[in-house]
Amino acid sequence: MKALRNYIDKVKPNFMPGGKYEKLRSTFGGFETFLFTPNTTNQPGGVHVRDAVDLKRNIIVVVLALIPALLFGMYNTGYQHYHMTGETATFWETFGYGFLTVLPLLIVTYVVGLGIEFSVAQMRGEEINEGFLATGMLIPLIVPADVPLWMVAVATAFSVIFAKEVFGGTGMNIWNPALIARAFLFFAYPSKMSGDSVWYGAGEAVDGFTGATALSLAGSGNYETYSFNDAFLGFIPGSIGETSALAILIGAVLLLCTGVASWKTMCSVFVGGAVTAFLFNQFGPDIECLNPETGKMEINAVGAMAHLPWMQHLVIGGFCFGAVFMATDPVTSCRTETGKYIFGLLIGAMAIIIRVLNPGYPEGMMLAILLMNTFAPLIDHFIVGRNIAMRKNRVKANK
Amino acid sequence: MSELFSKKNKEAFLNPLGSNNPVTVQVLGICSALAVTAQLEPAIVMGISVTVIVAMANVIISLLRKTIPNRIRIIVQLVVVASLVTIVSEILKAFAYDVSVQLSVYIGLIITNCILMGRLEAFAMQNGPWESLLDGIGNGLGYAKILIIVAFFRELLGSGSLFGYQIIPNCAYEAGYVNNGLMLLAPMALVIVGCIIWWQRAHNKDLQEK
Repeated sequence: MKALRNYIDKVKPNFMPGGKYEKLRSTFGGFETFLFTPNTTNQPGGVHVRDAVDLKRNIIVVVLALIPALLFGMYNTGYQHYHMTGETATFWETFGYGFLTVLPLLIVTYVVGLGIEFSVAQMRGEEINEGFLATGMLIPLIVPADVPLWMVAVATAFSVIFAKEVFGGTGMNIWNPALIARAFLFFAYPSKMSGDSVWYGAGEAVDGFTGATALSLAGSGNYETYSFNDAFLGFIPGSIGETSALAILIGAVLLLCTGVASWKTMCSVFVGGAVTAFLFNQFGPDIECLNPETGKMEINAVGAMAHLPWMQHLVIGGFCFGAVFMATDPVTSCRTETGKYIFGLLIGAMAIIIRVLNPGYPEGMMLAILLMNTFAPLIDHFIVGRNIAMRKNRVKANK
Repeated sequence: MSELFSKKNKEAFLNPLGSNNPVTVQVLGICSALAVTAQLEPAIVMGISVTVIVAMANVIISLLRKTIPNRIRIIVQLVVVASLVTIVSEILKAFAYDVSVQLSVYIGLIITNCILMGRLEAFAMQNGPWESLLDGIGNGLGYAKILIIVAFFRELLGSGSLFGYQIIPNCAYEAGYVNNGLMLLAPMALVIVGCIIWWQRAHNKDLQEK
């Protein structure tokens, strides 16, 4: 450690103004503060808000909270692969297969994303922000395991440039960059992002094996293929990090205990989703309806989704993952405390409504969060306005 | 002769192509720029149609400008534009039926293209026919230029072809390349227009806000 510190101190003057590599100052700064706590302090005099929890610590907590979902995702990728091919494998073979599938995805997102962040910081002469550390971890977790690497690279580049840097970098973005990357993949390369064949690693499937996700099965009325327990523990096909509600909840506990994520947003997403799904259960359209062409009763997708039990809704698809890691993103969610309740409730409700009423988009969570990201500033605006009006009235009444 | 190509006239023609482009600087005509640019061919036809219509409407209104009563000028302008649009639409149906089917309502909607009414109100009502002609052609070509750039990228990346001919070789598809479906949707056209504006502002100091 000491040798490293000495080395950094030795090369530092090269990167300071007037030094040989002056232009690479922010890259150097990025690496230095990554390795060591900065030794600079504020000038004496004046008031400064001091807090040990800065952006770097916040982001690291999010990354740590994602670890359970990541590890389980790796195991599940291998598990689904061997389940599909019908081979038997030991725990370590299973995990190893998933590890080797997921690791390249992680590396590609980090290299592309951080590369762009570094060069933009360089061009602007700013310090490098840590925001991408969490985004780069989120992107691999919300894509199917066998999505081609170059697609992930293109999507990551698109989201970092057009959803983040264009708006001014970390903390200034309107939409969650990880979700923009997924939305880009979803609309640009739909054949690789949805359908029956994308959720497993390469290989021939055994006969009679269906590869649909729990959500698309629910759309055809097959609720029983994956039980609530399987879906809760995560042994179902789906995006890498999204399948296990349990692993996600472990991360959620960490986020809530450290205060990095707001419990108001998180809980209200679950409440909004549960209530909407429950209402659909009670008053939704019938599962079967008469097909006028054949004259037979057939299952219709809207009715089938509407009658998926509300508990199931919360544990399948990306609902849990979105509620815990995406909706609570402090940059893109509401900033007022009352606003967080409204924001969360609407995300939960919208996600279920999109799932049920639009069978073309089986995963409504991504679209619901992006939509509400757009409206978050508006919600804040009205809440701040109402507060101002209330206080004005109070002043008037006291006069 | 020198009067015909005076500095002012040159500016009327050249400015819309560059520093005063109707799409990227005045942000007019965005709707059709998103709608018809999924392929190059309809984009070019649309560009030519708008150029012809703006140029002719500019000349006609400029000739009439002293006799049009001020209170009904918008109606007169609309009548002129609508007649020209109908003529162009009929010509396209007669001689380029396939493209006119592809462009569908957007030829008719040239009437609502803000560039047209903008040029008529801002330029043709105050200037003579020759200047108005130059201004109309300049604005039409400035619009066409942006349409063609956007359509080039959208068709190349979205369908892998240009003018309907496949450009991306088959071996690329076999190696795993997939056309970008988002390029065929309107949002991506907006992003490309945004990139052009970005590039233009980065290279033109006058356009940068303080």
